[in-house]
Amino acid sequence: MSVVPVSYYLVLSAVLFGLGVVGFVFKRNIITIYMAIELMLNAVNLAFVAFARAHGDLAGLVYVFFVIVVAAAEAAVGLAIVITIAHNRRTLNVEDVNLLKF
Amino acid sequence: MSIPFILFFICAAAAVLGAVLLIVAREPIHSALALILVMMSLAVLYLLLGAEFIAAVQVIVYAGAVMVLFVFVIMLLNAGVEVRTNYSKIAKYVGVPLGFFLLLEVAYWMWGSAVGTTVANGAGAVNADAVSTVDLSNLLFRDYLFPFEATSILVLIAIVGALVLAKKGE
Repeated sequence: MSVVPVSYYLVLSAVLFGLGVVGFVFKRNIITIYMAIELMLNAVNLAFVAFARAHGDLAGLVYVFFVIVVAAAEAAVGLAIVITIAHNRRTLNVEDVNLLKF
Repeated sequence: MSIPFILFFICAAAAVLGAVLLIVAREPIHSALALILVMMSLAVLYLLLGAEFIAAVQVIVYAGAVMVLFVFVIMLLNAGVEVRTNYSKIAKYVGVPLGFFLLLEVAYWMWGSAVGTTVANGAGAVNADAVSTVDLSNLLFRDYLFPFEATSILVLIAIVGALVLAKKGE
């Protein structure tokens, strides 16, 4: 029987999401930026589970399951794109990938 | 202080520490290990919330499959120390305060929504043994059967897409 209030989990989720945004903005390596996105997805998952338990509604857990599946698919396709970029441009720095920048 | 409280604070501290390490680490492989730390502590938090199935999926899919993929790509591309370039002045003087503002704002609204939940339900504490994996699987394979099947098509498309993208050019 857990007695930790739901709001604690939600604040932790918000902090993790904020750190994910900071990492997404500040990092320069494409792979690390992907990791920051995964961190944000994890923070949202935690909020989903906490809300599901607070409301006694299991639909939140099903959504977490779908988020995990979509995140796995996204990581596979995204890392394939990263490999293609690394082969074509010989760099992982996002500032050197500026073909669409004007 | 009961045991769930102590466990929560240990895991929350580990998760935040891992997230900070992910940002400050300069080697991508260190960032990946920090992210694994975050995911494992989140799995313990899911157990604490009574979501055993989600905790297992978190460990198997996230900490297992996805992070192995990340580490594999880092090794494959031989990703070294990150090059730090000069950030623009706007990023330093506007971005950092705005980032903290976002963090505070999200935390404030999360806190507020949770307080509302407490009032509505009459109980702020999480009841750990209310539901089981059986209920979750009933929901997943009955009410959400169509989205579940749709995800299998999504994963198939992702496999084909990843193969096409990572294939050597003709």
